[in-house]
Amino acid sequence: MAEIVHPRFLRPLKAPAEDLGQVLKFGPDHPLVLDSGKNLSPLTIAYMTYGELNADRSNAILVAHALSGDQFVASTHPVTGKPGWWDLTVGPGKPIDTNRFFVICANVVGGCMGTTGPGDIDPATGEPYGPKFPVVTIRDMVRAQAMLLDALGIEQVLCVLGGSMGGMQVLQWAASYPDRIFSAMPIATAARHSAQNIAFNEVGRQAIMADPEWRGGNYAVSGNSPSKGLAVARMAAHITYLSETALQRKFGRLLQDREALSFGFDADFQIESYLRHQGMTFVDRFDANSYLYITRAMDYFDLAADYGGVLAEAFRGSKTRFCLVSFTSDWLFPTSENKRIAHALNAAGANVSFVEIASDRGHDAFLLDEPELFDTIRGFLSSQAYAKGVK
Amino acid sequence: MNDASKVGSAIALRPDLAAIADMIPNSTRVLDIGCGDGALLEYLVRVKNIDGRGLELSQQNVNQCVARGLSVVQGDADTDLGEYPSGVFDIVILSQTIQATERPSYVLQQLLRIGKRTIVSFPNFGHWRVRLSLALRGRMPVTKTLGHEWYDTPNIHLCTIADFLSLARDVDARIDQALSLNEGERTKPMQPDAWGPNLFAQGAIFLLAKK
Repeated sequence: MAEIVHPRFLRPLKAPAEDLGQVLKFGPDHPLVLDSGKNLSPLTIAYMTYGELNADRSNAILVAHALSGDQFVASTHPVTGKPGWWDLTVGPGKPIDTNRFFVICANVVGGCMGTTGPGDIDPATGEPYGPKFPVVTIRDMVRAQAMLLDALGIEQVLCVLGGSMGGMQVLQWAASYPDRIFSAMPIATAARHSAQNIAFNEVGRQAIMADPEWRGGNYAVSGNSPSKGLAVARMAAHITYLSETALQRKFGRLLQDREALSFGFDADFQIESYLRHQGMTFVDRFDANSYLYITRAMDYFDLAADYGGVLAEAFRGSKTRFCLVSFTSDWLFPTSENKRIAHALNAAGANVSFVEIASDRGHDAFLLDEPELFDTIRGFLSSQAYAKGVK
Repeated sequence: MNDASKVGSAIALRPDLAAIADMIPNSTRVLDIGCGDGALLEYLVRVKNIDGRGLELSQQNVNQCVARGLSVVQGDADTDLGEYPSGVFDIVILSQTIQATERPSYVLQQLLRIGKRTIVSFPNFGHWRVRLSLALRGRMPVTKTLGHEWYDTPNIHLCTIADFLSLARDVDARIDQALSLNEGERTKPMQPDAWGPNLFAQGAIFLLAKK
């Protein structure tokens, strides 16, 4: 049904010697049926795996990535040459121990690292989809991941984990395919995108669309891209990933490479320089249209809405074991949103743990060196492996 | 001696917790409210093969429990019990916690609703040392089981065994088993409405169900 080939990236590879993972191609006989009612075909899913799948296929762990993440969880990024985004958490002997578990991560549908997205060729026109790419949802992303598991011959994963938008996918997995996930770890996430979060996403999208190079989304043919708009979108979003305390501690009012204010609009302050750097480096590895589509998928996410407005109904009868994690200084996906999920799981009679970790590093804490997060992941995964009888 | 303090020597249980463990049949579904660092829950999961959950106020304790592989949620018995569906647990445990809740009557009613059976243990404020301290010294008692000064105690709703019996009657609870916790940390069956235990027991453990 699916053909396995080598991956393809939008930009030249800077680390060609690295393991670039694999891609699965689904032909017209296997379209991805989208929530919008449209079919996406052909479909390519680019993914990475780490560790070995055991004989009874019981040690698979699926990692779902966040908005700006990709499948390069624990290996050098082929475009930036930097370590994987969860390199601290995933690897041999690490909290998600690849000596023991088989870790899979796929680039989401709508993304720009090999899985079908707006930068790909629309078979109907022979040109890049651009703005004609169908709007995708978190559930569409999860559906594509289920197709990947089918192709890999994995009936049930031991655990599906993810932070932020990755956590949304974890929750959607639990609701859509409860029997295919033995346990679930949604980290720093929410069962619905809040008004504030939609607002921030909208600022980012407007920044991209205000860039004349965006050209109504058809920039691919021009050979340019709305990199200024995308950089501004990333700068605004990046602020939401941090906390005021962390910003104050790291930057305060420190000046950038100068003794005094310049009385101009240069990056006088270190924080300005830092954000500009974040914006500029982001455009090297991310596609502006993908940013529009993926943020839209987050905005549309409201798990309870699919279940008559009662979140507990999404988890009714679920045998999946849950472990929720939030961080005290995360104001983008605050503890209250994570607790709301815990309450719904309790109401559904599900098996749930909930850990709030004290950290002043904001939403980004889930990607960083947080020993209490590591202990939680390690403890939860080993108890799940024990319960499932993973050898 | 209880079975639970002998079995599974890898996990040593406090005698009152061991007595509670002995009341719980194997392979049942148990909710431990105020599960602390998870000692009882871990014992029940590992030795008695129960499907165990915990609710704990202290986030630090919760994190420790989860790192130990237990299913525990941070929450407050006074406010969070309402969200649990009725009758989903075979047994709900409230160990040495009811005296620290804001609404003991509400909490007890919730326990009886959520669990088919409920185990409640608490320090007995009718113990003779407590009575003596107040009667002779005229001071709020600070004893081994009640180790806090009046101004910093979490125990805001202390009661005697007789007081608890009266609350149990008020909320239509049937008492299936009663144990006294005594000097030397021994537990033994008691006749709860007799005058003896209310004077001599340091604490009590009740197995209750909705009438």
